[in-house]
Amino acid sequence: MSNDLFSRLAWLPAAPDDFAQQCRRLLDEPAELGKRAQRLAGHALDENHLHKLAKALNKARDAGHSLAPLTPFRLGVISNSTSHFIVPALVASAARHGIALECIEADFDQVVQAALAPDSPINQARCDAVLVAIDHRGLPLTPTPGDAPATERTVQAALAHLDMIRNGLRAHSNAVCILQTLPPPVESTFGSFDAVLPGTPRHLVDAVNRGIALSVAGTEDQLLDVAHLAATVGLAHWHDATLWNMAKLPFASAFLPLYADHVCRLVAALRGKSRKCLILDLDNTVWGGVIGDDGLEGIVIGQGDATGEAHLQVQRTALALRDRGVVLAVSSKNIDEIARQPFRKHPEMLLREDHIAVFQANWNDKATNIKAIAEELSLGLDSMVFLDDNPVERGLVRQMLPQVAVPELPDDPALYARTLLAAGYFEAIAFSGEDRQRAEFYQDNARRVTLQKQAGDVDAYLVSLNMQMTLQPFDDTGRARIAQLINKSNQFNLTTRRYTEAEVAAAQHDPDAFTLQVRLADAFGDNGMISVIICRRERNDWDIDTWLMSCRVLGRKVEVAVLQELLTQARARGVRRLVGRYLPTEKNKLVEDHYAKLGFTLLVRQADGGSSWELEVDGAPIANLPIAVHRSGFASPIEMAAPATA
Amino acid sequence: MTTDLIYAKLNDIFHDVFDDDSIVVTPQLTADDVDEWDSLAHVRLVLAVEKKFGLKFSAAEVGRLKNVGEFASLIQAKAP
Repeated sequence: MSNDLFSRLAWLPAAPDDFAQQCRRLLDEPAELGKRAQRLAGHALDENHLHKLAKALNKARDAGHSLAPLTPFRLGVISNSTSHFIVPALVASAARHGIALECIEADFDQVVQAALAPDSPINQARCDAVLVAIDHRGLPLTPTPGDAPATERTVQAALAHLDMIRNGLRAHSNAVCILQTLPPPVESTFGSFDAVLPGTPRHLVDAVNRGIALSVAGTEDQLLDVAHLAATVGLAHWHDATLWNMAKLPFASAFLPLYADHVCRLVAALRGKSRKCLILDLDNTVWGGVIGDDGLEGIVIGQGDATGEAHLQVQRTALALRDRGVVLAVSSKNIDEIARQPFRKHPEMLLREDHIAVFQANWNDKATNIKAIAEELSLGLDSMVFLDDNPVERGLVRQMLPQVAVPELPDDPALYARTLLAAGYFEAIAFSGEDRQRAEFYQDNARRVTLQKQAGDVDAYLVSLNMQMTLQPFDDTGRARIAQLINKSNQFNLTTRRYTEAEVAAAQHDPDAFTLQVRLADAFGDNGMISVIICRRERNDWDIDTWLMSCRVLGRKVEVAVLQELLTQARARGVRRLVGRYLPTEKNKLVEDHYAKLGFTLLVRQADGGSSWELEVDGAPIANLPIAVHRSGFASPIEMAAPATA
Repeated sequence: MTTDLIYAKLNDIFHDVFDDDSIVVTPQLTADDVDEWDSLAHVRLVLAVEKKFGLKFSAAEVGRLKNVGEFASLIQAKAP
């Protein structure tokens, strides 16, 4: 549900089960406390999680431990409502944004005193900023329905009240003020007419909110648009009468994590920590489908198609961000020429090559590519946001490059754009001419950067994926999907032989054929059938007629595991040699060196770029793989018909 | 909902809210018995109970409670 996106901070990965222990461990091992706290805070935390993390951070500060590299920030909080719960939420959420927050809280409902008295604790503390958390109940907003002049006086008096608070804080402590817009009350007295008639509560709140925004513009003070936040999650959810009556809580506690995150985005923006670059995956992120397999005609962008429109919205969002100074880059697992085709030729694409500062399309892991992008743009990894529909890729980048922000995405692409923006990575507090021009500064026709060394230990990540591979010979149940893969796969396809379902059935029943349908599941779910192999027996050789794989599982050693299986099965059947062929097409250059990488020996290289390879079954090395293999449905070799002899 | 299940869930809630796994929730337990159980922690406790049991309490209902036993009875009355 869209509402959950905000209340649960669904762009953040779920908190680990041992969160409480990890908080305690922060103090047991003070090394790199700041970094570890930031990593912990980078999850979706509820009120209790935030409370625990804040407790640990406060203990760390009291014990004199360094919270570097978190940037220190002192925030005063003054409110007409209970601010007691907001403080720990702020301290914990600040770590997420690279800030070590110290909160100075004024006494309950002592807003004016805290602001105007030069020796108030807030003013004495010399805060970097003061959050003026006043809601509609904290301002003199007496309704005067139908009386326009009185209404105007009321609005001006309320704004003057806020100005008095701001001036007091600025005069006595030079703090930046963060002013909040007021969430309008849910209740109306006239109905829709409340918005038309001057002097109703709704009318007053709207007018005051407009006035606050105007008064902040061009000053150093900041606006926290709580009215919009409350509207986003629903005023009826935001305003909780029971909680106000019971303990003067300004809004439903379910929204503490969301509110705290929004305050901390502003604080981080004040310290220049808003992110600056959006790195986009391509397949199924910026368009529907896989360009290498589906081709220009097959990918879906816009065109009145629901999925197409969803992806087009991602493109519009990227362009809107670019227009306000965010740099765009691409990191895709594709052949460079093929990945650029939609940018160059697809009529519905909004993104063009010119919009992309760095364009990395290759078969290397994305962490290494993102590191190269950051170095090329002279931006820190903590300036990067990476958008990818594939949870395995997201997990890899989060693990290898924890400073990069990687939003969780829901299954439905219609919510990709909203989720990206909901995360608030690019929170801005100004918009300058330099921002407007930044895109042109980086315009260099989509540079391509050569990669240096690998970013980190990908093998360890692969083990953590807990991959489970299931191998079976062709059967009736799998036939339709087998035929689909055989006819659809273009890139990771050694021979691109197309077979009908009848021909697939024939292979299934052919005693001289060895067939494999390969399925892969991992920690993120079941990928289904991802590879198909057909071997044809000729005396003691297996000629590998068909070997194809879904590109979605590249870089995970699946093909190595499949080779292991072929060798095991070959041995059991007295096959002594595997022979593989590479038949080149426009789309399968990816697998040109497939057999070389697997340790086969070259037999013949053809003029057209094709090649033949062989591997002796005996003596072929056994690899250590991060994949658990399960077999089913194989006839024992003894029951097989005797192989044909010459 | 059985009393046993209610107390099992209350135990979890108390451990989480007060960050103290050693608390044992009994019917006679009151705020005097638990460190940090002040009026504001009480609000957090009520909210956590509402969330875990899927219930909503009025201010009057929770204002009257004298000990955990009364809270458990209130939960049982409201939870099917």
